[in-house]
Amino acid sequence: MSELAGKSVSSSATQRSGFQRWLNRNGWRKIVAGIPYFWLLLFFLAPFFIVMVIAVSEAAYSIPPFKIPFSWEALQANIATNFGYLINDSLYYTGYLNSLKIAAISTVFCLLLGYPMAYGIARSSGATRNILLLLVILPFWTSFLLRIYAWIGLLGTNGTINNVLLAIGIIDEPLQMMNTDFAVYIGIVYSYLPFMILPLYANLERLDNTLTEAAMDLGSTPARTFLDVTLPLSVPGIVAGSMLVFIPATGEYVIPVLLGTGSSPMIGRVLFDEFFLNTDWPVASAVAIVLLLLLVVPIMMFNHYQARAEGVE
Amino acid sequence: MTADDSFIRIENVTKKFGEFVAVDNVSLDISKGELFALLGGSGCGKTTLLRMLAGFETPTSGRIIIDGQDMGDVQPFNRPVNMMFQSYALFPHMNVEKNIGYGLKHEAMSDGERKQRVSELLDLVQLGQFAARKPHQLSGGQRQRVALARALAKSPKVLLLDEPLGALDKKLREQTQFELINIQEELGVTFIVVTHDQEEAMTLASRIAIMDRGVIKQVGTPTDVYEFPTSRFTADFIGSINLFDGTVTSVKAGKARINAAKAGCTFEAPVSPGIKSGDAVGVAVRPEKISISRSRPKSTTVNAVQGEVLDLGYFGKDSLYRVKLESGELIRVNRVNDQRVEEADRQVDWDDKVWLTWDANSAIVLPEEP
Repeated sequence: MSELAGKSVSSSATQRSGFQRWLNRNGWRKIVAGIPYFWLLLFFLAPFFIVMVIAVSEAAYSIPPFKIPFSWEALQANIATNFGYLINDSLYYTGYLNSLKIAAISTVFCLLLGYPMAYGIARSSGATRNILLLLVILPFWTSFLLRIYAWIGLLGTNGTINNVLLAIGIIDEPLQMMNTDFAVYIGIVYSYLPFMILPLYANLERLDNTLTEAAMDLGSTPARTFLDVTLPLSVPGIVAGSMLVFIPATGEYVIPVLLGTGSSPMIGRVLFDEFFLNTDWPVASAVAIVLLLLLVVPIMMFNHYQARAEGVE
Repeated sequence: MTADDSFIRIENVTKKFGEFVAVDNVSLDISKGELFALLGGSGCGKTTLLRMLAGFETPTSGRIIIDGQDMGDVQPFNRPVNMMFQSYALFPHMNVEKNIGYGLKHEAMSDGERKQRVSELLDLVQLGQFAARKPHQLSGGQRQRVALARALAKSPKVLLLDEPLGALDKKLREQTQFELINIQEELGVTFIVVTHDQEEAMTLASRIAIMDRGVIKQVGTPTDVYEFPTSRFTADFIGSINLFDGTVTSVKAGKARINAAKAGCTFEAPVSPGIKSGDAVGVAVRPEKISISRSRPKSTTVNAVQGEVLDLGYFGKDSLYRVKLESGELIRVNRVNDQRVEEADRQVDWDDKVWLTWDANSAIVLPEEP
């Protein structure tokens, strides 16, 4: 079948006109394939290079507020100073740890909430499915900032939730929910849930229903069927969804600033303060680079492992 | 067959999907160790019936009894039935060994016994050296055998096979057919095969049920359904046939004379007792039961008709002639090429005037359906 198709393509290719040959030139293919690389170069590598340069510079009272080192010794000294802060000052590493913890816990909650939702959507039929998917995407039609502000109105001491709980007599005095880690978790889980649901849905929707039937036919209860078949086969969806939640949540700035406490800041807040309050661009850049490495290295290791696992199969 | 020795009883089972009636008041008895085929075109309800046996669909009304036990409230995972899926439904994340052993995973047996059973099954389907492979590393035929072994692992009382050979190419299909029959005979398990392929049903099954639009048209051995069809649908569905409308003119000693205007001749054929003079019937002859000759037969009016060869298809071992009658109707005649002759020396050729004759026992009389 594929052989036949290949033959017909090659035979018709020899009869093509000059214009078609021009269109088919290899050069075009290279250009099209090159566009993403160009994009990456322009919007990721070039800024990253600038940040790298600033991270190895010396802070100065000037415009811009740093001095680029021109000797090997100065470079080494600057690296030692800027990155030394990150190790020696607890503000930075607690910031990283705090961010990773909040992102990890939020990811778990997104998964716990998102998996059943994605499963339900994948199992529903035609029209219902489209409505449910629309409901998942609907929040994006409102500004992200507005939605976070809305949570202030809900969670505040005089907010809707406290008022309702007081009115029906469950509590006697308002709960402190705003400016707590709890509020940050609520904000992150709420904001990032769609990024968990959509890749999971895409994965579960493709799952062959006869596989679960086969497992049941062979004596597995629905719960066991889920553990033996559905769950292992949805791992790629779980991984994709978790990455889409975990990575941006780690660097999240707006949600902890608006809903969280000042006492245990996430790394995004630290980065912002370093840039705009401390005006120490070199240290801020060092914070940004370490954050990037913290996120990129595990992902690259994961991809490497996954590619190898697929290669072995 | 009496009701007592029936192993699987399907009693007045109906299945509706909304307004659509997929299976319409079907009753069927299948005995132990039988290789039974459900045959029909797509949408005839055969797969729905199979899925009701497996427990994936619940009958709208009626009962299914397997080995004396009413399956009404029995969940699929508790039924003494295993299924081989059309798509095979092998677990892609498990290797061959794990796929086959999956049904045994939660059984009360020691690891040693489980291993022993899996290796027995691997031997049965001759896949010993592929135990560690994943399904996507296997060919279609190998996957089919893994699916079979997996479905047999728990020694089910009944094995359901949904288009078991559908995804295989012709050569492999023939070979696998006989393997299936051997395995069935060896294990004595009751097999119920769903297929749309009549040849497959004929070779595999000891009995065939022919389904159309949710209804069972006929149940019988391959010979029954081919040589003695009881309805126009069955006669037309199984093999190819020349079918004419006719009227019974006389009935004498179990034989009737039937006048078929379109055929331009009188048929003499054995009939069942219910048929009487004046009845409108269908009358049919299979293409291979007709003799074709240029010479004039003894009788030129009964079980004989004249025509002109319109088409000749030469297939090697046999040839198909399409003969145009005076009425304009076409009759298909199939002859085995049992003589080795040059093309120029062919007994019957294009545009020849020929006589078609057949034996009185070859004609099939089909009563009008209510």
